[in-house]
Amino acid sequence: MATKNDTIGKTFTVIILLCLVCSIIVAGSAVGLKERQEANAALAKQGNILSTAGVDFAGRGAEAVFSERVQVFTYNRETGEVTAHSSMIAMENALAEVRVQSVGEGDVAGVRNMRNELPVFAVNDENGELQSYVLEVRGAGLWGMMYAFLALESDGQTIRGLNFYDHAETPGLGGEIQNPRWRSRFEGKKAVDDDGDVAIRVVKGASSDNEVDALSGATITSNGVDNTFQFWLSGKAYGSFLTKLREEGAI
Amino acid sequence: MASAKEMKQVLFGPIFANNPIALQILGVCSALAVTSKLENTLVMCIALTFVIVLSNVSISIIRNHIPSSVRIIVQMTIIASLVIVVDQLLKAFAYEIAQELSVFVGLIITNCIVMGRAEAFAMKEKPGMAFLDGLGNGLGYSIVLLTVAFFRELFGSGSLFGMQIMPLVTEGGWYTPVGLLVLPPSAFFIIGGFIWVLRTFRTEQVEAKE
Repeated sequence: MATKNDTIGKTFTVIILLCLVCSIIVAGSAVGLKERQEANAALAKQGNILSTAGVDFAGRGAEAVFSERVQVFTYNRETGEVTAHSSMIAMENALAEVRVQSVGEGDVAGVRNMRNELPVFAVNDENGELQSYVLEVRGAGLWGMMYAFLALESDGQTIRGLNFYDHAETPGLGGEIQNPRWRSRFEGKKAVDDDGDVAIRVVKGASSDNEVDALSGATITSNGVDNTFQFWLSGKAYGSFLTKLREEGAI
Repeated sequence: MASAKEMKQVLFGPIFANNPIALQILGVCSALAVTSKLENTLVMCIALTFVIVLSNVSISIIRNHIPSSVRIIVQMTIIASLVIVVDQLLKAFAYEIAQELSVFVGLIITNCIVMGRAEAFAMKEKPGMAFLDGLGNGLGYSIVLLTVAFFRELFGSGSLFGMQIMPLVTEGGWYTPVGLLVLPPSAFFIIGGFIWVLRTFRTEQVEAKE
């Protein structure tokens, strides 16, 4: 048997047949499950946005609550233009068309690349009144990028919620950025002051009003969180949007 | 057809008598990486068992047609395809856990246990026996990982399967978690302890003094 299998012809036949079968199986599973996976990803994102804004969607499902309570916008950080989108998927498709640019100088959060169009989710309360704005932010931690949603009250200044929904920090140390108790310390703090300067800080031994105590044993992660605020709330990202909110009251 | 005794040996042997992690010290990488929470560990164990069983069976079915010059590549192709299928399934049906396991599902491809069983067992034996061997080794792997995860989650986070058993000091309770246990290297100590206990009962596994 062994010698017969080792002819060049047999080797190629076996390899080609095997590759064919395997690629059909792999492609089949990827294509067949794609819709479900995308739905999962979208659902997880919608759930994260709602929970950051403190909206309870238990029992009704994130999707239904999201479509009822959340309006999706993008904000152009250069022109200051606000564009409304019919849904999160529509916004993502629109964003996919926008060119990704290098951040260049002043990239304190290690973001590297971003678009000029930034997503903004306006969340309403039960009565249809505007309750908060959710911004999408990210910053480099110890092991990798930390992705978060930051919810601000409708005044565009006070932090309503912070949610690092995707990160690779060490569980128990840096991973504590997802600890509800630590996250709750941000609530009520001022993200930016009246002049539009970034007010919130993450420091060791917080003493003043807008400081949050850094996580012990996770200095680099805590610095990453701090840098995330410094970058995304500054003029390089959402800064002018927040100024607009303070001056005009709404978008 | 193999005798019932032989089948039992193939199925249950790898659990204690010939455990892939405790005796052969294979697959330790994932035993360190995914054992900080029981829930993730359980999913990882199911994923690995699924891959090892199917790879053993499929390699065994075509074993008489695999040219020996490319046999490792053939095995890798089959294993890699199965791992991708598992990864896709997890993303579709257990999205949150798939997010946490992330790269470690993909790394099943390089898990020495899967490769080892394919090369050492499935290449020689009939599909039925290869199935049992895969299942047995999957269980042997699982028992070590679940043991490690049990201790790491209980003493590292004070919980089991995400349910808080011992309330943490940081959340107003009394238990101060052992910080070391949430870090991957702690699994070395627990695996070491597992091997020690195992060899206390099964003295034939103790290596002779050099």
